[in-house]
Amino acid sequence: MRRAVFYVVLALAAAAFLYPFLWMAASSFKSPAEVGGLSLLPDQPTLENYRLMWARAPFGRALLNSLFVATTITLSVLVFGSAVAYALARLSFPGRRILNVLTVAVLLVPAQLTLIPTYTLIVQLGWVDSYAALIVPFAFNAMAILILRQFFLQVPRSLMDAARLDGMGELRILYTVFWPLAKAPLATVGILTFMGAWNEVLWPLLVVRDEQLMTLPQLLTVFSLGGGAGPRALAPKLAAAMVLVVPVVAAYAFLQRYFIESMASSGTKG
Amino acid sequence: MRAEARSGLLLSAPYAAFLLIFALFPIGFSVVLVLLEWDLVTAPSFVGFDNVQRLIGDARFWQAVINTFVFLAIHLPLQIIVALTLAWVLNRPLFFRSFWRAAFFLPVVISGAAVTILWSALYATDVGLINGVLARLDLGPVPWLTDPAIAMPAIAVMATWKNVGFYIVIYLAGLQGVPRSCHEAIELEGATAWQSFLHVTLPLLKPQTLLVVTLSTIGGFQLFIEPYILTGGGPLRRTLSVVLYMYRNAFSYQKMGYAATLGVALALIIAAVLVVQRRVIGSAEEA
Repeated sequence: MRRAVFYVVLALAAAAFLYPFLWMAASSFKSPAEVGGLSLLPDQPTLENYRLMWARAPFGRALLNSLFVATTITLSVLVFGSAVAYALARLSFPGRRILNVLTVAVLLVPAQLTLIPTYTLIVQLGWVDSYAALIVPFAFNAMAILILRQFFLQVPRSLMDAARLDGMGELRILYTVFWPLAKAPLATVGILTFMGAWNEVLWPLLVVRDEQLMTLPQLLTVFSLGGGAGPRALAPKLAAAMVLVVPVVAAYAFLQRYFIESMASSGTKG
Repeated sequence: MRAEARSGLLLSAPYAAFLLIFALFPIGFSVVLVLLEWDLVTAPSFVGFDNVQRLIGDARFWQAVINTFVFLAIHLPLQIIVALTLAWVLNRPLFFRSFWRAAFFLPVVISGAAVTILWSALYATDVGLINGVLARLDLGPVPWLTDPAIAMPAIAVMATWKNVGFYIVIYLAGLQGVPRSCHEAIELEGATAWQSFLHVTLPLLKPQTLLVVTLSTIGGFQLFIEPYILTGGGPLRRTLSVVLYMYRNAFSYQKMGYAATLGVALALIIAAVLVVQRRVIGSAEEA
């Protein structure tokens, strides 16, 4: 009996987190007359909200922009970032110590401090309304380099010596010997970086004004602020939010363990 | 030069250049910007400490700081209580344990912009889900986002809903490190489950609590998209956040010098608050 009560309480708590998403999905298919209702099944399902939002703002283009920007940043952070992590962990070269120190120091600086100076830099470079503005300031990530460096430090010395004896260059050692061993930290860094880039909204709001270059969260924000209030405006907004939510939920459904472990490990290490 | 040193320099040179341009330069330039008035179109002019003086007398800035403390005063305790309770519930033999955990964690992975738009629908006075549920219970509609006294608490509740799954996982990891024998020992002494939780579990979870407080505080000072979408900083500027005010100074008013001054002030406030929190939580340990 006590156990049953326990599960009821648990189910109610879970509903508080899941029901709003289900309600949003349902409401995006409802007509304006129905949209305030609590039901999860629209009486007369309609695609009108999706047609409206798709016609009013370039959401397809924004979806592609977001995919392109987040994928490029993630690849850069993984490929180039792990080369830096490898050098910092396993190669001795002049300046290594200072780079290690700077990498940690940069993490302690709040993002709000550098936001405006970086924005003025982007304007001076003439990068406003460009993919470069969305990608280049995130091409490296100090946190990612620290996570990978920490892992690379633990790879046995003998593996490197053997690879060197075989005449392998550093890049080949990194990508054919170290990477296969580092799948877990690479996945962690990949998920964290992609999520961060995919969800970022303040930075694009500063450096992009051209609708054709906007990322999905940015276009969603602009669309929602321009849409007015009331039931007629609400459902298309929810339909637009669905475009942003559905790909993430789909990925989360398959990879939820990795999502949760990556984010938790970043929290406890950070 | 040895081959290894050459490879090391080659591999890290792009990163060194990146740090110089996108980390060290902005940090240094933020201090320079404090002394400038600059609209990014005409040449910047040196104004000394005008920006700092303006900041000290700027009622909007202080309102934004107070708003953040109001947010944190609700958000921090709520976050700790909900995260701890749900982690405690999940830390026992359960059916579908990973499903429950994944459910609580779902809002964490969703973009803040999407979550905020969802909550604008939940909080809407006329067609909102929450007022719809209240109407079923014969309770009048609450103007969640238009009443100056309710708007910021409403945003704090939303932020808790969005982030708490992350902290559940943190506490869960901490709880799994608490040895069973500790509880058995104190329960043999006749302590109730609640006393055992209060005197054994809670002190052992101090590192996790410190992490929750630190990360939530930093998050609280980063509040931007929530008031930007939900309220525009209103009603009566009660939900204006420092970052939203900074964004407006840079983007809408083209005041780079003043916006950067807000950024520097914000960084100093965050550092001060974190130091005080560390002291308070640290001294609770000795007591």
